[in-house]
Amino acid sequence: MQATESVNKEVIFSTRGLTKVYRMGEVEIHALRGVDMELYAGELTVMLGASGSGKSTLLNILGGLDSATDGVVRYGEQNLVRAGEKVLTSFRRDHVGFVFQFYNLISSLTARENVAIVTEISRNPMRPEEALELVGLKERMDHFPSQLSGGEQQRVAIARAIAKRPAVLLCDEPTGALDSKTGIRVLEAIEHINRELNTTTAVITHNQVIGEMADRVIQLSDGRVSDVHVNDSRKSPRELHW
Amino acid sequence: MKTIHRKLLRDLGRLKGQVAAIAVVIAAGVMTLILAVTNLESIQHSQQRFYEEQRFADVFVALTRAPESVSERLGAIPGVNRVETRIRAGIRLEVPGYSDPVRGQLHSIPDGRQPDINALYLREGSLPEPGRSDQVAISEPFAEAHDLRAGDRLTAIINGREERLTVSGIALSPEWIYQIGPADILPDYERFAVLWMNRRAVANAFDLDGAFNSAVFTLQAGADAEPVIDAIDEILAPYGGIGAHDRDDQLSHRFLEEEIDQLRVMAVMLPTIFLGVSAFLLSVLMGRIIRTQRQAIAVLKAFGYSNRDMALHYGALTGIVVLVGAVAGVLMGGWAADHLVQVYLEYFRFPELDARIAPRYILLGVAVAGGAAALGTWRAVRRAVSLAPAEAMRPPAPETFKQGWIERSRLGRLLDQSTRIILRNLARHRFKATLSALGIGLSAALMLVGSFQFGAVDKLFDTQYRLVQKSDVILHFTDPTPERSLNELMHVPGVQFAEGFRNVPVRLINEQHDYRTSIQGMDTEPRLLGLIDKQHRPISLPPEGLLLTDFLADHLQLRPGDPLTVEILEGHRRTLEVELAGVVSEPLGVSAYMERRALNRLMREGPAISGAWLLTDNARNDELFDALWDVPRVASIGLIGDAERRIREYIADTVLVTMGFLLLLAGSIAFAVVYNNARIAFAERERELATLRVLGFTRAEVSWILIGELALITLIAIPVGWLMGTGFALALSEAMAMDMFRIPFVISVQTYAFSALGVVVATILSLLLITRRLYRLDMVSALKTVE
Repeated sequence: MQATESVNKEVIFSTRGLTKVYRMGEVEIHALRGVDMELYAGELTVMLGASGSGKSTLLNILGGLDSATDGVVRYGEQNLVRAGEKVLTSFRRDHVGFVFQFYNLISSLTARENVAIVTEISRNPMRPEEALELVGLKERMDHFPSQLSGGEQQRVAIARAIAKRPAVLLCDEPTGALDSKTGIRVLEAIEHINRELNTTTAVITHNQVIGEMADRVIQLSDGRVSDVHVNDSRKSPRELHW
Repeated sequence: MKTIHRKLLRDLGRLKGQVAAIAVVIAAGVMTLILAVTNLESIQHSQQRFYEEQRFADVFVALTRAPESVSERLGAIPGVNRVETRIRAGIRLEVPGYSDPVRGQLHSIPDGRQPDINALYLREGSLPEPGRSDQVAISEPFAEAHDLRAGDRLTAIINGREERLTVSGIALSPEWIYQIGPADILPDYERFAVLWMNRRAVANAFDLDGAFNSAVFTLQAGADAEPVIDAIDEILAPYGGIGAHDRDDQLSHRFLEEEIDQLRVMAVMLPTIFLGVSAFLLSVLMGRIIRTQRQAIAVLKAFGYSNRDMALHYGALTGIVVLVGAVAGVLMGGWAADHLVQVYLEYFRFPELDARIAPRYILLGVAVAGGAAALGTWRAVRRAVSLAPAEAMRPPAPETFKQGWIERSRLGRLLDQSTRIILRNLARHRFKATLSALGIGLSAALMLVGSFQFGAVDKLFDTQYRLVQKSDVILHFTDPTPERSLNELMHVPGVQFAEGFRNVPVRLINEQHDYRTSIQGMDTEPRLLGLIDKQHRPISLPPEGLLLTDFLADHLQLRPGDPLTVEILEGHRRTLEVELAGVVSEPLGVSAYMERRALNRLMREGPAISGAWLLTDNARNDELFDALWDVPRVASIGLIGDAERRIREYIADTVLVTMGFLLLLAGSIAFAVVYNNARIAFAERERELATLRVLGFTRAEVSWILIGELALITLIAIPVGWLMGTGFALALSEAMAMDMFRIPFVISVQTYAFSALGVVVATILSLLLITRRLYRLDMVSALKTVE
């Protein structure tokens, strides 16, 4: 079911036979049962799946937060499944940008400082102000999280994620905690980044509508890829409704 | 078991580290409380019982010689209940198999029966049989020191005559609970004995047939001692009475009272510190628990649990922590009290001294700990109770932060984000951070005071034995002796140098202030006794006038140049006006000094001495003592080097143990505060820290944010602790300044370093425990939870 149109594009991530089994008390949970997939350079991919489909587990493994039980995760020349703690930390530090459902800003730092805390440890970052301007928050740079709305907080989180110029931007239910109007504002920011910086982007969500803004939609169910759909044209987030 | 109780137990299980740390501080508080009150109680109780049962005297007087008929006049003084006359005298003893000189204080008792006042408590054997002049009862500590039993033999030199004595019994006396020889600083059971003999035998030996040289009195209930003392002094003045005094000037009683005072201070001060800190820790912990359990509280209330149920639930949580701490404290306090009582029994000789913990003290300990905890927890519990269910369902609003002045400054721009997080967290929780720093500071302060005592006491003895007391042996004659006997002393084998002194008992009076001491008459440039000022610079003796110890001058409210009245309590008993020529500073005792010839002139006598200081050759000690005993009129021989060695041993034994104890307790405060803070900070920041890990921060970088904050608090706490500790030390050295000794206020760099080190070690220990958690930080699950 591979999308043939994408063959000529550069592969950033690829997984082969990726499985993840973890124990919850007495029960063994098979979160991933052999996932084969690719992320292509510059693409915006939406990974769709219901709760328990394994989409979060997949994102966590791609981002180097979690280790797989079996299989291969190839990032460029590197197999992340065999990587140790040190390698994963520097992988996260230098190559991945994360956006979380609950923003996860440091409440004691202002918007600008929340971005700066990442740029300070990166190799070739943009200036925090620049990153905030990209998400349309230049005016509110010196506000603390408690002074920002949920959507604004999430945009700060996006600025934080892209300020290091990551090879890939991973977003875990970025609109999950927001109303639809604010959610669309956040998706606009993600789309803007993808277009302007050409950052490979993966968004996981249970919201089918969001799939319409993607280049490709990967459908996950029961720990497997059940469908890959290539959109002929991407919709602008403004055209989305839910 | 009700489910809500099960929740309680699980909460406790989850928090066991913090609960244990707080319980240890509570235990320390309860332990010090139990220790102090139990010992206080047992000493006071034993003292009271011993005084009552043995009929301890209220008023004491010594005189030269008065006929027995005078006793009737003494008994007739209004307010006197009973009077008992007796003979007291210093003697020398020889114990088989023991070569050092032994001094004895001999008391007469009525032939074959107990005295009416200051009756003896017989441990073993019996009183001397009536009519026997070769039997003697001896004090228990002396008997123990030489392993003497009833029936054993001793040789005594009584008034120059050698007598063979048999021990009839071993006894304790309320007059000698603290058995210390004249001019000693510490009890020396090997070299000082108290003995009791039939009155007739003593009278014969000292040519005091039908006469007495000491009397003790009990007063009628409610009678005032002052007028009785005045009346006694008036009656006994013609008989060489040297002034009656009440219990306050009785040496044994005074030492005992000092000890009781110290225990009283300890009973209040230490528990207050420990329980105060634990109240603070509990308030922080409960505040945290209730914040994280907002939703659970809301759900429970939504399903019909009442405010009272909630209050009881969280109250019980605190209650269990208190109970665990209090029980541990009571057990440790009981154990420690038992041991401390053994130490007390070594110095305070009661027939019995039990450290029995009265149930009311256990209750007191639990109540005080519970009260402190309630104070600390009340606010947090009230918050839990007052939450409206709907309000509590919503997550708490994110904390608000502000930029502080440091960051707005030029320096602030140089800070990295991690440091900003640390600074803002501290600023946001200013109150908590301040109390934490105070708590850790207190711990440093306690350590400082603990080690200060040790260093200062060491310094005291350095001053006393290097700068003041420079002789090896001090010799007292039975009576003033012509100066030329010094020549004789110079030729005793082993004596390298001898310097005579004249010692006259006096009462120094300035207006309503007076003090009994003696004037030491010395050579103008004494070689064996140093007169020094506060800065330890030598002072020379003026040809006329008196030098006083600064403490005594303050007590009498005198300044150099002021006149004072000297009432001479020996010989002609004149009263003179003398000028205070200056003050000297010495750590032990209080004295008055005068040029010896000038003192001889005041006494209207030729060049006489009361004793001598000797420099000796230690290698020839045995030979020296044998020869010294043969010098006529030698009353006592004191070994200075020996005294110093014993005192330093005593310090090493008791002060070091106390100090180690204090360090352990103080360390537990620092540990508990840091650990508790670390655990709570960790729980509150777990999500932030996990986020930073996801963003690519290494474990070390993430750890720094947490540890940096705690380390900074400790760093701030150290100077705070130094300041508080210095204050405590100053207060302590002033509170403990008394005529017997003054602890100098000197704190060495090492003492400061030591207290800082103790706090740093406790901090590192508790941080090590936290790093374990930081290493297990679960990024995935931390990101999923919503606060």
